[in-house]
Amino acid sequence: MSKTLVEKILAAHANEDVTAGKIVWIGIDVRSARDFGGANVVKTFRKFYPGGRVEDPKKTFFTFDCNAPANTIPYANNQQICRNFAIEQQVKVYDVDAGIGSHVMIEEGIGYPGSTVVGTDSHLNIMGAVGAFGQGMGDQDIAFVFKTGKTWFEIPGSIVVNIRGDLPKTCSAKDLTLFITGKLGTKTALGKAIEFRGPAIDKLDLAGRITLASMATEMGAIIGLIVPSKEVLKHFGQKKAITPDKDAVYEKTIDLDISNLKPQIAKPPKPDAVVDVESLNGRPIHSVFIGSCTNGTYEDLVSVAKIMKGRHVKPGIVATLVPATMKVWKRLLKEGHISTLIESGFIVSNPGCGGCASGQIGMTGEGQVHISTSNRNFAGKQGAGDTYLASPETAAASAILGRIATLQEVE
Amino acid sequence: MIFKGRAWVLLRQGRLIDDIDTDMIFHNKYLAITEIAEMGQYTFDNLEGYKDFAKKAQPGDIVITGQNFGSGSSRQHAVDCFVALKTSCLAAQSFGAIYKRNAINSGFPILTITDIDLNAVKTGDRVEMDSDAGTIKKDGKLIGKLEPLSTVQKDILKAGNVFEYAKTL
Ligand code: SF4
Repeated sequence: MSKTLVEKILAAHANEDVTAGKIVWIGIDVRSARDFGGANVVKTFRKFYPGGRVEDPKKTFFTFDCNAPANTIPYANNQQICRNFAIEQQVKVYDVDAGIGSHVMIEEGIGYPGSTVVGTDSHLNIMGAVGAFGQGMGDQDIAFVFKTGKTWFEIPGSIVVNIRGDLPKTCSAKDLTLFITGKLGTKTALGKAIEFRGPAIDKLDLAGRITLASMATEMGAIIGLIVPSKEVLKHFGQKKAITPDKDAVYEKTIDLDISNLKPQIAKPPKPDAVVDVESLNGRPIHSVFIGSCTNGTYEDLVSVAKIMKGRHVKPGIVATLVPATMKVWKRLLKEGHISTLIESGFIVSNPGCGGCASGQIGMTGEGQVHISTSNRNFAGKQGAGDTYLASPETAAASAILGRIATLQEVE
Repeated sequence: MIFKGRAWVLLRQGRLIDDIDTDMIFHNKYLAITEIAEMGQYTFDNLEGYKDFAKKAQPGDIVITGQNFGSGSSRQHAVDCFVALKTSCLAAQSFGAIYKRNAINSGFPILTITDIDLNAVKTGDRVEMDSDAGTIKKDGKLIGKLEPLSTVQKDILKAGNVFEYAKTL
């Protein structure tokens, strides 16, 4: 039978027929746990399989990114529990210096097009950026996968989000992503796999694809898949992309036109409360964060460094920036961008989830208006203030002017 | 697999109740409880019309309900409370995604109803659910249909729970 993209990827990892709605055993290529949830995975594993070994140490990983390096004793304890288990099981740890686990996996080619990846990170469906199936799960589920190398899924139904028109020059992948999130809301794609299509999607570079796929979680989707481009395939040393069958059955196709798109921003406290940046123009802000698994790539941060060159963060505004991985950090350093950013007034932190999770590199206080390039603006997530979600370019322009602004206003 | 027992047909205005969430099944004020045996007494104590369910439930009972059963939080208590009551199985028109994962992993039988004649069955009737044949019967008469169990569910049910299943591999 004809298959959607998600059905094809999962069918290649199953021993029985795979169609939407069916519950089947799926072989897992990459099994991971981060410092959040990792210690519970270890505890559950030890409880149910005393003396047991992980099914395949080469396919099993720990990635410490939530709280890196640990700034609370419970996190430090949990990381040490994972390290000890990793030594005993000969499992590789991407420790507190490495960066955001999902980005490390893409960078190192651990998760690759067509692969299946699970872990304790709820944004692991970011793997859809490279045409892989990724899924965040609870610690019991992950302990089981560590032991058996497989898990079960109910195969999701699929919808197509078809993007018409070209992305205007004034917009970035984040504007496109926020626009789609606003249009779909949290219900349209709930529990479904999305296939993003259209010429503008084909043209996205790997960084842009990561931004789009990272917010499938906020769209309520199981995953948002993009068929890998030549550039993406080359990164993984692959030649041919897995594509959906022509006559595959979709529950719905949603057409969205972006020819007239303007820079987008999500108002607190919902990622889908998306409006044109223009409509909030002039609202004073107090702080800016640039980074996260949504916008912490080399391309995102170079774009910010270029804007900041010869400019300065407005006095009184707290501006923080966190590269996604150590590799990104080193490249920015080597090319001189870190010094540009520091000179312009940004606080640049070590790589990881800082700025998005657990208060690393600061929290917001009551009444504080905060612009973030991450993916969630729920009340309390980054502190007591109000978080707006925007692109790195909008965030940088707003940092310079001390108010919500588009890049066009500083250029 | 065949499940036989006394039916609880959860109705509101003549229809199976939809969207029973985890707070109606097992309210968050009891989340500190960790002993499964203690969970049964609070089952449905926040579900309008069925607050006395736990007092009247008997081991082997079968619960019949509507769409999206168990939506809401990921709490395992909402499954374990039925384990504590020794409920035979839950049959719903559909389940919330996380609830489904929790129930299947803990080896608690959940069945999906595709069709049921609500005029033919009421609370207290003895019913028989055959997950292999996909039938719901009362007094030997067909009154509804079920989706067949997946191989995953069968594997885990046979082993007891997902962790026991792992040991058999
Ligand atoms: S940056 Fe934020 S959303 Fe992304 S993986 Fe880290 S904590 Fe999760």
